Amino acid sequence: MSMGPGVVEGYRKVAPVVTRDGGSVTINAGGIYYRQMNEAIRAAVADGTTHIVLDNVNGQRYIGTGVSAKGVKIDVHGTAGNDLAMFMDGPTIEVFGSAQDGVGNTMNAGKVIIHGDAGDVLGYGMRGGSVYVHGDVGYRVGIHMKAYENLVPIMVCGGKARDFFGEYMAGGILVLLGMNTQFAEQPLVGSFVGAGMHGGVIYLRGQVESWQCGKEVGITEATEEDMAALKPLLADYCETQGTDLAEVLSVPFTKLAPFSHRPYGKMYAPM
Amino acid sequence: MITRPRYAEESPFKIHGGCGLMGICDESGTLMSGEDAILAMAVQHDRGNGLGGGFAGYGIYPEFPDHFAFHMMYHDIQAKEESEALFDEYFLVDLAEPMPTRPVKGITGAPLLWRYFLTPYPNKLEESEMSAEDYVVEAVMTINSSVDGAFVASSGKNMGVFKGVGYPEEIGHYFRLEEYEGYTWTGHNRFPTNTPGWWGGAHPFALLDWTIVHNGEISSYGINSRYLEQFGYKCTLGTDTEVAAYLFDLLLRRHKLPLELACKALASPLWDEIDRMPASEQALMRSLRAVYGPGMLNGPFAIVLGLNGGMVALNDRIKLRPLVAARKGSVVMVASEESAIRAVIPDPDALWMPKAGEPTIARVKGMDWPIHGDLHLSPEDISCAVTGTEVSCDVVEVNA
Repeated sequence: MSMGPGVVEGYRKVAPVVTRDGGSVTINAGGIYYRQMNEAIRAAVADGTTHIVLDNVNGQRYIGTGVSAKGVKIDVHGTAGNDLAMFMDGPTIEVFGSAQDGVGNTMNAGKVIIHGDAGDVLGYGMRGGSVYVHGDVGYRVGIHMKAYENLVPIMVCGGKARDFFGEYMAGGILVLLGMNTQFAEQPLVGSFVGAGMHGGVIYLRGQVESWQCGKEVGITEATEEDMAALKPLLADYCETQGTDLAEVLSVPFTKLAPFSHRPYGKMYAPM
Repeated sequence: MITRPRYAEESPFKIHGGCGLMGICDESGTLMSGEDAILAMAVQHDRGNGLGGGFAGYGIYPEFPDHFAFHMMYHDIQAKEESEALFDEYFLVDLAEPMPTRPVKGITGAPLLWRYFLTPYPNKLEESEMSAEDYVVEAVMTINSSVDGAFVASSGKNMGVFKGVGYPEEIGHYFRLEEYEGYTWTGHNRFPTNTPGWWGGAHPFALLDWTIVHNGEISSYGINSRYLEQFGYKCTLGTDTEVAAYLFDLLLRRHKLPLELACKALASPLWDEIDRMPASEQALMRSLRAVYGPGMLNGPFAIVLGLNGGMVALNDRIKLRPLVAARKGSVVMVASEESAIRAVIPDPDALWMPKAGEPTIARVKGMDWPIHGDLHLSPEDISCAVTGTEVSCDVVEVNA
């Protein structure tokens, strides 16, 4: 990203080089400003392209943001920037690398597969589709995930998570495996798990102390019925991430669910 | 009649911001030009809005390693003359020169930018009965608070702060940072939202060789600044980050707190966390919160502290701002975004998100480490430091 001695330029606001091969389009995102890169993605989708490959991505924001299309696959090679798949409605994004903050923000439908780690506020307000992360995730993961009728967001994180996992969660399924982690000595999950939670369910592969959890959350061991419902989802995760399902299932899961759907219903209007 | 503008009134309120930051330190002491720092900030361009960018470099003045390097900003000639009169009175001025800059598109309205290499007059220093560092701090506070239109951007040895209004990559080019070589660099991209961006209000904020770049908002600015006033610090730059620079000077240099403990004072564990600690640590943390309550930084922050000995990155205790760290050989790098790290170090040995409230530290080999000990002290060992009675206490000697 250098223009010559002493001049570091950063991203260039020019159209990226795009190469077409049948139904597939490859975009060289190296050093290209996010806006021009995303315009190229949208143009390819509008042309009916079903497979888009992004090479040399490093920090470009909003990949797949607001893209509404079924059957589109976007491969990201590099580090995906903030707000990957925000408001996304349909496509599948596979990241061969890590993702930064705000993945799947208010995502509606589709699938995000991240083969590295992901940052903070992953799945913020997510209301449909699925997010599968291979490794560790940051703070406030799954904050205010929600569900409506048949729209049930699913998130599976293969590593460990920090504080506020599933905070204010209102719906959906949030799973933490604690397997593919670089923090072997640290607990599976931080504090304030499910704080303010009033819908949906959290499954943790392993144990959690009650002080780690919000007071709105009931902690139980996952039943056979729970595991039967969870198993197809875990199998799908393992297939996309190359994780061994038997190993995933070799440790008992803990289930966290809210005591009430309206924990503060009487706070302002006492009955 | 010409009336001088009252520059001090330009920014009477603290500034909130969402920003971007970076820090890179080669623990082997190997020098690197400022270009990597510029690149890391250019990648984080959209974290700022062009109203503030800046860098700090360490090891950049090897020809003057023992002089206090003052980087100055003057709004007019009168401010320069008044400041130089103060320098002449208290310091031997070995070199005074304009900061080398180049015209850069987008950078306008720069103040007069000068630098000075100073040593305190020995007789004046002796008369003052202060350490050389306290002597310099007093000079900085005097200029910032009483010379209208003059601001000290930095005042440490063998280091300097380069900052102004613009995007950081523009500011980096403006100050010709590719011509400097340092073993530690920090950078900042500003997004001020409450008051105008101005040259003195850009990051890093510095005192002696302490520099701070900060993303977030120090909600406790009011209580922090009142607390610092009791120790002779004057908060005059109108931006919340200023208190963090002075708090580190107070806690680490003057009170000689161990680094980890200073970080616990600024980003305190929550009370229920303290309740779950072993008894001796509980007593320590309770004392720390009691003694340094007014120094605690409340609100969201990610900061990088630069110093001659290295670099320390720290988050608020519940991680309300992003921070990523990486290591490649002897190089430690931190940034708001992973992409900023990978632009400079495409293939790090390790890359991780630091835990909230726990410092990420890089320490340059062979450099003084003015930070005493670590958290593995008994409460008795450090009680004198915690109670702030440093005058009557021996320095706590602990292996870091």
